[in-house]
Amino acid sequence: MIIPFEHQSQAHCESGVTTNLLRHYGLPINEPLAFGIGSGLFFAHLPFVKVNGVPGTTYRIYPGQIFSNVCKRLGVTYTSEKFSTVAQAMNKLNDNIGSGIPTGCQVSVFYLPFLPEVFRFHFNAHNLIIYGHENNTYHVSDPVMETVNTIAYEDLAKARFAKGYPEPKGRMYYILKTPPQVDLTKAIQKGIKQTVFFMKSPPLPWFGVNAIQFLSKKILTYPTKLDARKATLYLGNIIRMQEEIGTGGAGFRFLYAAFLQEAYKITNISAMKELSEEMTMIGDLWRNFAYSTARICKARTTDLIGYQGISEQLQEIYQAELKFYTKLEKIYP
Amino acid sequence: MKIDQVPQDKKNFRDGEKAPKKVMYVTTDEGQYTQTNSVGWEPENIVLEQAWEDIELQLKEEREKVKSGIVSPISYYMIKNRMDLPILASYAGKWQWQVKRHMKPAVFNKLPQKMLEKYADIFNIPVEQLKNAD
Repeated sequence: MIIPFEHQSQAHCESGVTTNLLRHYGLPINEPLAFGIGSGLFFAHLPFVKVNGVPGTTYRIYPGQIFSNVCKRLGVTYTSEKFSTVAQAMNKLNDNIGSGIPTGCQVSVFYLPFLPEVFRFHFNAHNLIIYGHENNTYHVSDPVMETVNTIAYEDLAKARFAKGYPEPKGRMYYILKTPPQVDLTKAIQKGIKQTVFFMKSPPLPWFGVNAIQFLSKKILTYPTKLDARKATLYLGNIIRMQEEIGTGGAGFRFLYAAFLQEAYKITNISAMKELSEEMTMIGDLWRNFAYSTARICKARTTDLIGYQGISEQLQEIYQAELKFYTKLEKIYP
Repeated sequence: MKIDQVPQDKKNFRDGEKAPKKVMYVTTDEGQYTQTNSVGWEPENIVLEQAWEDIELQLKEEREKVKSGIVSPISYYMIKNRMDLPILASYAGKWQWQVKRHMKPAVFNKLPQKMLEKYADIFNIPVEQLKNAD
């Protein structure tokens, strides 16, 4: 069975899946709104959590949060399940398709044959929608792809049961019931409040705006502590997280600016319009940082002056973001 | 970023030309946000290509180590499959120290057939190929 499903390509997998699933049920939502209401924006740098020997950096909130936040804040009833065996996970998915329920799945990108090899790493927090099932083949709407695709049972099973952090364990999620009307104004308020809280309040240096300053100091130690090869890999990973993994540009900052513009249209709070423009400028600062950092990577240098330069750029971004969240906080005191 | 400043820098390495166009959020002349597409941006292309070059370099180093009998091919195939020790250990259903032991040629040569089959399955290669690093 193939469920009639409208595929729309989006910047980011989880906010894209959330948007496309909710639109399927007729809810008036787009990707920026889903991202903002779901409090998707974040920053963290975790030098002690290494993947392939490189410290982790993220520009977004923990996987799974956007979908559940958006559903809760819009009064949508959903369910999310994990499984202990492949057979259970695939049977339940088949049942869902049979009942006409397009279903979101958490997968590893490493086992998705429709992605080019160049993107296939063990990244386990990718999201896509299964909307059809025929014989041994599943129909996939992956929001970061331009069109829909198909995937064989074996590949999908592997992708859903990939190992390593965060382990999907066959996780799938879908919508049970939508309300006749949604209160976007209230949902926007909740989304913004949580983002302000996550960015401003963590007392630990690795999370929120403080982590931007933390990273700016950390980068200064690279030329003395690491050889050129390692230093370049460390820097390169920051840029990859910011630009390459579907973020809409500048590590989700442009997506958040788009959200504030949408939020302004709905709430008519004029400060949101100004803050949207401010976030666009912050996004441009992040793009400049990526440009300068990639030049250091290309030169494979541990020349201190270059590292001081990008460290100062990050310091500037830290100041700008801190000011931004302080103003954002004042919208909903 | 404005819509007329969106970079279109192709990924001219590996199968980069097959990469889907990315959705970007940019502003129009009137300051309105809109979606547009980009095939890529030079800074992100540079760092992605370097990540791959580093994997190639690691594979070359590892191949030499296998030849000189310093490590077993498990270590080589782990990198070839873009894994690290924690990921491989969870696929193998072993502790990290056990997988690390399997990377010693002396231990690897005595591994039971069942364990070899398990590794071959993880790396998606025939068991025979597991004994060589190439």
